[in-house]
Parts: sequence; C-alpha cells; structure tokens
Amino acid sequence: MNILQELKYSKDHEWVKIEGNRATVGITDFAQSQLGDVVFVEVPSVNAAVKSGAGFSVVESVKAVSDIYAPLSGTVVEVNEGLTDAPETVNSDPYGEGWIAVIEISDASEVAQLMDADAYAAFIQAGGE
Amino acid sequence: MKRSYLPHTDDDRKAMLEAIGVKKAEELFVDIPATLRLQRPLDLPAALAEPDLAEELKALAGKNASLSDHLCFLGAGAYDHYIPSVVDHVLGRSEFYTAYTQYQPEISQGYLQALWEYQSMICEITGMDVANASMYDGGTAVAEAAMLACGATNRRGVVAPATLHPHYRTILGTYGIDRDYAIADAPQENGVTDLAQLKAMVNGDTAAVILQYPNFFGCIEDVKTAAEIAHAQGALLIVAADPIALGLLEAPGNLGADVVVGEGQAMGIPLSFGGPYLGFFAATEKLIRKMPGRIVGQTTDHEGTRGFVLTLQAREQHIRREKANSNICSNEALCALAATVYLAAVGKEGFSQVANLSLQKAHYAYESLLKLDGVSAVFAAPFFKEFVIRCAKPIAEINERLLGDKIIGGLDLGRYDEKMQNCMLVCVTEKRSKAEIDRFVERLGAIL
Repeated sequence: MNILQELKYSKDHEWVKIEGNRATVGITDFAQSQLGDVVFVEVPSVNAAVKSGAGFSVVESVKAVSDIYAPLSGTVVEVNEGLTDAPETVNSDPYGEGWIAVIEISDASEVAQLMDADAYAAFIQAGGE
Repeated sequence: MKRSYLPHTDDDRKAMLEAIGVKKAEELFVDIPATLRLQRPLDLPAALAEPDLAEELKALAGKNASLSDHLCFLGAGAYDHYIPSVVDHVLGRSEFYTAYTQYQPEISQGYLQALWEYQSMICEITGMDVANASMYDGGTAVAEAAMLACGATNRRGVVAPATLHPHYRTILGTYGIDRDYAIADAPQENGVTDLAQLKAMVNGDTAAVILQYPNFFGCIEDVKTAAEIAHAQGALLIVAADPIALGLLEAPGNLGADVVVGEGQAMGIPLSFGGPYLGFFAATEKLIRKMPGRIVGQTTDHEGTRGFVLTLQAREQHIRREKANSNICSNEALCALAATVYLAAVGKEGFSQVANLSLQKAHYAYESLLKLDGVSAVFAAPFFKEFVIRCAKPIAEINERLLGDKIIGGLDLGRYDEKMQNCMLVCVTEKRSKAEIDRFVERLGAIL
C-alpha cells in the first residue's frame, strides 16, 4: 500500500497536495485498490463551489459507483479532463496522472482536520471506514 | 358443463386457512380499515358460456369505430401507418411475448440482441451515438430528456415551444413538479417556434431547449438554428421527432441535437386506443452515463464469442437510486421489438418510401381541401404529413357528420387553444388512397 509522506489525507480516502492556497485532490492507492478497475470518472465543473465533506466527483468501477467527497471547501479551478478518456489512470497512477481536481481553498483552517501520512496509515490499519 | 378457471377448490382454501391458523380469508385484510373495504361482492354480470361470451364481446367491440371500416384522417401523435404482417408473427412468439426483463444474459441472448438491433436502428434514424432500450411513450421520453438535461448541466430551466404536443407539455409539467425544473413557454409564429423570441428566453440557467420535429401542427422546425441558440448558452437541445419523418428529413443528430426522443408507435404498433406505445430515447455519447432506462451492449465473453448484456447499470435505480437523474427501469420491450421488426421489414428504401408517400398524399389532400369554399389555410410553414385548416363551421359538428360517413376527421384544435376555434389538424399517411382522400374532401365540401 503506497502512502506518500508529503501529502495530507481525508477519512474518505482522498489525498490532498497543498501548494499555497491551492489543493490538488485525488483518491489514495488504498481507495483505488478497494474500488477495483475504474471505468469512468465524472469530474466536477470548473468554477463549481465545493464544500468539505460533500460529494463533488463520482468514480465508477466495475464493482461499484462511489462518490468522491471534497476534502476541503473552496472553488474548483482545474479538473483532470484526461480521465474522461483514460479513467484507468486512477488505478495506475493515483498520486500522479490520476489526480481529479484542483481546489482553491476558501477556509485554510480546514487543512488542520486532514491526516498526515502516518495517521492515514494507522487509520487504514485500524480498518478505517 | 360448468367450468371454473380458479385453481383452488373450497377444500384447498380451507386447508390453507387452517395451516396459518385463520378462520376466514377476510381476516387477512384486517390491517385495511373496514371503511375502505368493499363490503359487498363485485358488481359483475352472471357467468356466461364461452360461445355466449364471444358473442357478447363481439357486440361490444362492434360499438367501436374501428379502422377496419373507417377512414382515418386523425393523427396528432398516434398514426395510422401500415403494419407489415410479419410484425405480429414475430411478436407473437412466446420467446418474446412471455419474456421478462433480460437480467440474465445467459438465458436472454435472443431478446438482448433484438433490443440491441433496435438501439442501433434508432441511432441510425436519429443520427445519434447511443439509444436506450425504450421508454413508456413519446411524452414521458420528453420529460426524461428534460431531467437528463437538468442533471447534466446542473441547471433547472427548460424552454418548451408552443408547437410542442400539448400532452407532452402536460407530462413535462407533471414531472417538473417533483424534479423542480422551471418551464418557460416559447411562442410560435406562423406554425413554427419564433426563434428570435426563443433566443431572448435562453440564458445561463437554461438546461435545455425542446423542439418537436415535425411539430404538433405538422410543420418543420429549424433544428439547426435552435441548436445554435441553445449551445451558445451552454444548454442542450432536445428534439422530439416523428421517426417516420426521419425517412425524409435530415437526422436531428446531424443538426446539432444532444438528445433525440419521440413516439415510436408509427413503427409497427397499432393505434389500440392510445397504448401501449413506444418512447425512443437517443443521445450523444457524452451523455451516455446520464441516460435513463436500460441500455443493451454488445461484448465478448472470455472465449471471445460475441454476446449481449444490459450495460452501464450503475445509472439505474438498484445501484444509485438517490443520485440518479431518473429511477425508471420499465421499458416497452415488446413495442421496441415491433419497431425493430417493422424497420427490418420495410428496410431503408421502404422507410423513405413510407415517408415520401405520406408527404405527397398529405400535400395532395391539403391542396384539394383549400379549393373548397369554407376552408382556408392557417400556416405557411412547410409541413410533413399533418397540416392545419380553418373551416367555416365548428370542428366538433363537422367530425360528427363525417363519422356518420365512416370518416374519422382531424383533431379539433379549439379544444387545446382558444385562438384555434374551427381549426382542424388533418393527418394523411401512406395508407390513404387517392380515392379515399377525394371522398374525404368531397364529404367535407358537402358539410360546409
């Protein structure tokens, strides 16, 4: 199970890469392995307002359809259009080419709610749901 | 000999009641308040012997004005087109006629393939990428398309033209109550949607513009311009099409439509007093995951053999019920099969021929009717197989007299629009012969 040290994590198994007031978001290696082969990703619209904990994207795998919850509140400023044609990138490169969207953070205090890599590893170990 | 068709004898019933510890069957209904229950036997006539019953039903059926002995010039969404006899023969096969939903592909390959063929043909006719396995009818398909558009655009405005079938408009409104979309009505000018007004109505809150092609009055709308108007504001264009017309007219998919829906009754399904009919639903590939209903897909098994399955079911009610644009799964598989057999039977050339004959005969009827004293033109827009005339007498009165001559006249538009008193919507299909049209014109002339 691959967990990158430099990222933050949510209890809904999203990873967050903070750069200034922008947060790149995707799903973790653990999440993609649980989902199985991803066949479709419905990315949010650019300029959409998102709220921490509310669904903002949908990932469909051969097994199930899962909502992806925004780890932080803000505005979507960029989306990964490449996932439309190559949704399997979420499986093959979840922390890189498989990113889903970039959110401009509206409430920086929410970042403190996210886990670091060690906390997320422990969360999964404990059967985090 | 008296025969009962109920499978259980009194002894059977007694044994079952004893087994569950109940004295009378009525006790099983105690949860329903007594005031709501019918406290008497059903009011049915006495039982009849089979030959007597056959006579009785024949007499009842004889009260209907059926198309076997009446000339029909009534359309307005339900059409008297010819049905090749092969359609009923295929439909009547028990493999199709008694089949349930094709959930298990291992025992449903025949039906799944037939529905896949249906989808392919609908795509070809409409010029779209993908079609579902059918909806209830044209009206519900329009409403489902509006729901799809709202879901796909995250907007709630729907613009419906005054030239949309009034029944479709009613269904759209009914669905809108629950789905919370806001419908704006675009006015018509000379039988077609007023595009300048339409343009002024479409904005950043508009999810979809709906257009009927040909429209309720039979006139041909400018789909291409309407698509440009919708797309300029990020809205979708929904076209409700008469499939028969698509044997002649340019496919809406080639004119910029995002969703094409319609009533498929004209393709091999009898009028049968209004149903069951067939809603078809086609869209661009981009919208495939937003589509309502079932989609049959072609695939291969692990040995590489071609096979058919229900696909993309994640959209359906049993997986993401609360998130789906639509929870409908019901479809009209047998009616879709009828349309498939119809299209296969008439073929590409036959399909165009049906459209062309309808067009030619409708125009012959129109020109003949306009020569009558007391008949005048209402619209100048080009039309397909239906047209509107204004008569010097009330339509209800005219139709009553026509019926006496075993002719079913056109629709009384005054019933739907106060401004269209004395206007009749006349329909002429390929089934009407020149002699029949001449007789209709002659009778109408005599009445006026």
